[in-house]
Amino acid sequence: MLLWNLARRTGIFVATLLASSIVVFGLMAVLPGDPARVALGLNATDSDVAHLREQFGLDQSLPERYLDWLRGLITLHPGTSYVTQTAIGPEIATRIPVTLILVGASMLVAIAVAIPLGTVMALRHRRASGLALSALSQVGVAVPTFLAGILLVTLFAVRLGWLPSSGWTSPQDDFEMFARQLVLPALALGLCQGAIIARYVRSSILDVLRQDYIRTARAKGRQPAQALIHHGLRNAAVPVVTALALQLVYLLLGAVVIERVFVIPGIGSLLTDSVGLRDLNVVQDVVMLLVAAVLVINLVVDILYVIIDPRLRAAS
Amino acid sequence: MKLPTTSRADSVEKAMPDTSGDSSEPEHQSRREVLNVRDLSVRTDSGLQLLDNVSFTLGEGERVGLIGESGSGKSLTALSIMALLPDGVQAGGSVQLRRPGRGDDVAKEMVGGRERELSQVRGKDVAMVFQEPMTALNPTMRVGKQVSESMLIHGTRPDRRSAYAAAVALLDAVGIPNPAEAARAYPHHFSGGQRQRIVLALALANDPALLVCDEPTTALDVTVQARVVNLILRGVQERNSALLFVTHDLALVASICERVIVMYGGRIVETGPVRDVFTRPQHRYTQGLVGASDVRKTDERGRLTTIPGTVPPAGRFPDGCVFRNRCSHATASCSQTPEWTPTGDGKGHACFHPVGEGHPTAERGA
Amino acid sequence: MTATTPEGASHHDAPSLRGRRHRRRWNPNLVAGSVFVGLIVLAAAVSFVWTPYDPTQVDTSARLVTPSVDHWLGTDKFGRDIFSQLMVGARTTLFVGVISVGLAALAGVPLGIFAGMTSRRWAGEVTMRFNDLLLAFPSLLLAIMLAAIFGGSTLVAMIAIGIGSIPSFALLIRGGTMQAMKSEYVLAARVVGRRPVAIGVRHILPNVSGLIIVQSSVLFAIAILGEAALSFLGLGTPPPTPSWGRMLQESQTLLWQAPRLAFIPGIAIALAVLGFNLLGDGLRDIFDPRLEDRR
Repeated sequence: MLLWNLARRTGIFVATLLASSIVVFGLMAVLPGDPARVALGLNATDSDVAHLREQFGLDQSLPERYLDWLRGLITLHPGTSYVTQTAIGPEIATRIPVTLILVGASMLVAIAVAIPLGTVMALRHRRASGLALSALSQVGVAVPTFLAGILLVTLFAVRLGWLPSSGWTSPQDDFEMFARQLVLPALALGLCQGAIIARYVRSSILDVLRQDYIRTARAKGRQPAQALIHHGLRNAAVPVVTALALQLVYLLLGAVVIERVFVIPGIGSLLTDSVGLRDLNVVQDVVMLLVAAVLVINLVVDILYVIIDPRLRAAS
Repeated sequence: MKLPTTSRADSVEKAMPDTSGDSSEPEHQSRREVLNVRDLSVRTDSGLQLLDNVSFTLGEGERVGLIGESGSGKSLTALSIMALLPDGVQAGGSVQLRRPGRGDDVAKEMVGGRERELSQVRGKDVAMVFQEPMTALNPTMRVGKQVSESMLIHGTRPDRRSAYAAAVALLDAVGIPNPAEAARAYPHHFSGGQRQRIVLALALANDPALLVCDEPTTALDVTVQARVVNLILRGVQERNSALLFVTHDLALVASICERVIVMYGGRIVETGPVRDVFTRPQHRYTQGLVGASDVRKTDERGRLTTIPGTVPPAGRFPDGCVFRNRCSHATASCSQTPEWTPTGDGKGHACFHPVGEGHPTAERGA
Repeated sequence: MTATTPEGASHHDAPSLRGRRHRRRWNPNLVAGSVFVGLIVLAAAVSFVWTPYDPTQVDTSARLVTPSVDHWLGTDKFGRDIFSQLMVGARTTLFVGVISVGLAALAGVPLGIFAGMTSRRWAGEVTMRFNDLLLAFPSLLLAIMLAAIFGGSTLVAMIAIGIGSIPSFALLIRGGTMQAMKSEYVLAARVVGRRPVAIGVRHILPNVSGLIIVQSSVLFAIAILGEAALSFLGLGTPPPTPSWGRMLQESQTLLWQAPRLAFIPGIAIALAVLGFNLLGDGLRDIFDPRLEDRR
């Protein structure tokens, strides 16, 4: 039953992935006008356009082009850019670690903020301190990541001059510079997400605190916080882990914006730059990569759900 | 509280030993006192009065039933004794617990205490069995650990290993088959009756001076109820623990309790030895309750007798006598709060027109 | 589920404790949310008839003016009046919110009701799988992709945000519908043979209307964030139409000289989002007090 469930989820994942690749390809294909002409700009000659069309197989039928594209993605050879004429695969490959580091660091910030904040908000939800923190987290939820980034830059880079306002250095080249440049973007992304996750933590801990077994634990002589630690955390963890994983999607999207604010050469800036250059096959590949990432995250959440909760395991 | 009803909670008397004219508990009783509830009131933050002027005591090893319809305040009384009231309600008055002849025989106040001190009393001097066995145990923790936990918190066993061994012995004592194996299982492996026995095991782990049971068999199948009740009874008798048994099942009270407290509308309306109260109820509410529980007793049309009307929502009982809107004997005088009338031998009631005295318009009861 | 009973009161002898308290309770979320949202609606409404200056009017003699009697919030690098831009920007913000949330509701509500009502397993399954597909395209990603194809515009932003918000609407309404389907009067309507469409419109829709209103408010906040992010990336509302997100983006090069150019639209965005979030929470308390303290 458990295996069947996992197999079913995986099947749905693969089907959705294929369907979304058709959507991405289809949307790109309905583009009004010729992608080759769009990429080359208005001054291109007809022969240049024809050359490019041939080079990228744009004269083939749509199904053929779709299958070619899919084959390229699966074999990790997604072709070359219309505009820069460079290979897309290596370009994406060098940018993936940048975005992953940024997202990972932000996630750590978010968790470090959300779990203690959410727990205190829940334990003190009827006291002024809890309500004040709750209001603060509401404000955090309302602040867009790019605004948080700009505010942090204004304070720490412009006013205080403690940290660089933008840029990216590879950790192998200069670790200290890498770390200093990572702080502000990771904080901007992490604090905003942390505020959202804290609200999930709060509500799932409040849920757990209302459970009968917490009352039983208190009847045994546990103090409220102890009862929560010994009996509540594992149970509260299920919805929190789910929320964390789902927020990963928004971290990824937030990274697209924050990479722009801090001029970080990650996947996000590749995407926004390519949109600016109208470099459509790069856009198509990066979007597909991000869609796949979103789907993988959703799949992992589904699987986690089944694995963490012993009751779900028992039921299956 | 609208009017000072009786003299039973005078500040002067509070300071004096409990031999005065204070009459809500039996005077004949020479047993040492374990629980003393004085003027307990519970109200919501928004001002609804849920418990009003509740006072009673329990002696060492005494078994007392607390009865009444749903919404009469029984469970709130039980939770007040544990100081485990839900959020949004506040207790006033006094609940004192002591552990006579067991080392630290000092009264511990459960109303308005600090959480740290309260948690040292809970699970040790007083323990509780809840109504819902299905949700009372942590689904993600092995039951052996849940039972041994209550001993480890209070340090009543020297180490983890001996606490665990004691937990297995307790599971055995409450009749869980293969206790050593059962201790390693999760709650969802057990039936409702078994889970309730596990809850009982962890409640008895530290030999509490008082065991509070809040409708412990209501959620169980009839066939396993008797088993659980017998285990509770044996558990408290072996430990000479007092028992406060909250239920709406009068037959259960009759079979296990010595004394009974009848609650309605957040107040105690009658108290006394089980036999007296059930055979010669004084309060009109008790009379209705006893009548309604007797399946042989029917009215002239052959239907089972019931108490007319329904229990009002919490905090919305009439002023004066809380029962007067459902009582066929109510008169204008019932808009005053009835005084507590001690009738000797530990008995008493709060009614203007008790059954025994009769009433011009009422038929003679019992 | 019992977990939603805040005080666990139903287990004790005080069953009606809660409902009673909630009806009378002062609802600070609703009040604060209404005030913030009201302010923005007011600014947008007034901007149609009056703004201190033409928000698009360039005045090279008054560049980067600090706040004064003439320019309440100062001017930007082109000498445009910030306060006027803010007022007209509120219009853009509300417009995007209304259209995209409306789009999401128009598609998501029928989808959710259908998925919740249908007794045919495959039909429900197909709807949910369609939802899975939509979930793979979060608003921002969809908007970037559409902007790459059609060029950035307010319309593209609205459509992308609207489509991106369909799944959360559909899932929520499906849950509410499934609950309503179990109620006695729906069973009764089915027993007397009412047609599904009639049941959906007459019985289910009124039942989930609370959910729709609450979710609209929450999605409105998300739409504001989305529009701001897109305009910030230069993929949303194109100049010269004032937009809070683009005001922020234009300010980014001037953080050293005039950080207020970033703060002012930033605060406006945050207030708008906060307002709609609080409004959503407040409405949730009214429509479903059981959900108090969740989220």
